[in-house]
Amino acid sequence: MSLLAEKAPTRTYAAHAKPWWQRTLMTRDSAIIALLVVVWLYASIAILNFSDPITVYFLVLDIAPILLIALPMTLIIITGEIDLSVASVVGLSSVLFGVLHREGLPMVAAMVIALLACAVAGALNGVLVTRFGLPSLAVTIGTMALFRGIAVGALGTTAITDWPDAWGDAVQARIGGSQIPLMTIPLVVLILIFAVILHFTPFGRGIFAAGLSKDAARFSGVNVDRTKLILFTLSGLVSGLAGIYFTLRYGSARGDNATGLELQVVAAVLLGGVSIFGGRGAIPGVIAGVVLIGTIGSALRLDGLSANIIQIITGVLLIAAVIAASVLGWTGRIVGTYRRQHSSDEPSSKKSE
Amino acid sequence: MTTTLDAPAPAAPQPRHRAASRLTWLLKQRETGIAVAFIALLVVTTAVNPNFLFSTDGWRDLTLTPAILVCLAIGQAMVIVTRNVDLSVGSTLGLTAYLAGRLFLDTGLPVILVVLIAVAAGAVLGLINGALVAFAKVPALVITLGTLYVYRGIMLEWAGSDRINASDIPPGLLDFGTGSFLFIPNLAWISFALLAVAVYLMRSTRVGREFYAIGSDPDAATLYGLRDKRRVLQAFATSGALAGLAGILYVSRYGTISSGVGQGIELEAVGAAVVGGVAIFGGSGTVLGAALGAYLLTTINRALPVLGIPDFWQQAVVGALIIGAIVLDRYFARRQHDKLLAEREDS
Repeated sequence: MSLLAEKAPTRTYAAHAKPWWQRTLMTRDSAIIALLVVVWLYASIAILNFSDPITVYFLVLDIAPILLIALPMTLIIITGEIDLSVASVVGLSSVLFGVLHREGLPMVAAMVIALLACAVAGALNGVLVTRFGLPSLAVTIGTMALFRGIAVGALGTTAITDWPDAWGDAVQARIGGSQIPLMTIPLVVLILIFAVILHFTPFGRGIFAAGLSKDAARFSGVNVDRTKLILFTLSGLVSGLAGIYFTLRYGSARGDNATGLELQVVAAVLLGGVSIFGGRGAIPGVIAGVVLIGTIGSALRLDGLSANIIQIITGVLLIAAVIAASVLGWTGRIVGTYRRQHSSDEPSSKKSE
Repeated sequence: MTTTLDAPAPAAPQPRHRAASRLTWLLKQRETGIAVAFIALLVVTTAVNPNFLFSTDGWRDLTLTPAILVCLAIGQAMVIVTRNVDLSVGSTLGLTAYLAGRLFLDTGLPVILVVLIAVAAGAVLGLINGALVAFAKVPALVITLGTLYVYRGIMLEWAGSDRINASDIPPGLLDFGTGSFLFIPNLAWISFALLAVAVYLMRSTRVGREFYAIGSDPDAATLYGLRDKRRVLQAFATSGALAGLAGILYVSRYGTISSGVGQGIELEAVGAAVVGGVAIFGGSGTVLGAALGAYLLTTINRALPVLGIPDFWQQAVVGALIIGAIVLDRYFARRQHDKLLAEREDS
């Protein structure tokens, strides 16, 4: 390094080539946040009742499960893996919680046991991926069927619906006299925890390193397998939490709760600027992605349009988001090549390659 | 594979020896394993309840029920071999099935024309996937996840709360869907024919071999001068066309088209391919394996209630099977790897 620095003292690093404000603002994260702001402003002005506080109340309650699961999913995708079994873990958690409650266990005990079981389910994914070296896409398609199957098998088509009112009310309670759901507090706490883990700890740096290059990460002292195992376990645990929320909010424990949620979560995370190749992504963008999809959905519903359009919009946004990244990278390379060709008379620029 | 292509050795091996090596080759094939598992399942289930195989319905369902999934699994295997994946097939199936239903309802077009239109529509939807994947250099998982939503959304928006009922479908097509020829259901014949063509295509034609080359090592394939973009487009268009055909098969078999048609079947198709030995990262596996995987998964679903396991547990068994299949694959791959290393050190 020092040798190179002496030869080419003017060397600049690609990541730091631009002023800080450009680096902060010209990112996928900022683009998606800006889009969210635009949509929100438009909806507040153009759509009747959208600016009512009650809209925010239902929006938060509706997106809570996706938001919860999106957090560990972000970390997993940054390591270059994926977890498609999350929605099935939601169902598993819901059914276990329901069955234990029916058998007369206290609510808290039922909850803790269900959560532990979901953490074990997540760890199973992690072990299959890290110890056996299997591709996570295939593994979690398998466990997706397995966990869903256990959930549906345990309860059949029946549902457990006798829940204490107090718990259901607690989940849907508001803070003071406002329209902000009480659920916002644990959500924000979890978001902060995950943001700190990912962006401000050595473990988080390891997550990015593992996604950029598994071998390089291992040589620089990151225990890649342990990192992934922890993340898959965490994913199971948080999905379990989402399952308990789901059960209490709708007052019903069913095996087919949250079917298909995994694709919504993955779509929201990728929309939020996380690269499916791993190594790139940030929590704020993901939050914006989840909220954006939720906002468009509730705006369309309030506008009297069918909820089906939200599916088309989700899909188009997802494709547009990834293609935009690819097109931007392409034009960036062309501009870069052009600049290099036109500054090749400077001797130092060649050496800094 | 390569052993059969070896040039004749100077001293011709004894015929018996050659037959024996053929046998060991056959036993080592992944397809044989699945076929054995499938037959074992049939034998056990039929021993418990002879009606499973020997009643008219049982015999018919054996090849009829998997026909649609076989169709999708063939397309999925082709796409996965090129190191891509097509998650939009379920939505494509739904959209083309509804399109066909609408055409029957609103126009008096002859059945054969509607079939062609549906297959062509499926191919166009597949081409859109392929073009996005090939030209935008974005992983197929993301693109086809996006089009899964878009195609399903279009269908839901178009259909609204309408539903197409069997009375709207030409009786000829419905008779075809439930009828049979030489004791084997018509739809099964179609799936067999498709399978035969696909096996030939993937084994013995340039297109098929280039699919494998691209999936094994995309960079090497490009350097070698293979037209990788065109091949990826072809793989996706085929998968889409097969999904379109599957939509027609669905209409002819069930007659009713509701908004949920084909929902979630994309993961079954991927599961069938994985169980059948198609490596999820491309370059290896066969369409025959994927089709056998589809037979195995569908038949397990039908066998469980017969074996006294409530059919609610079907999905759990399917999941365990998928995981078992990939763990086993990994084990054999590692053993093969170790064996090759040992051979190299010996020589």
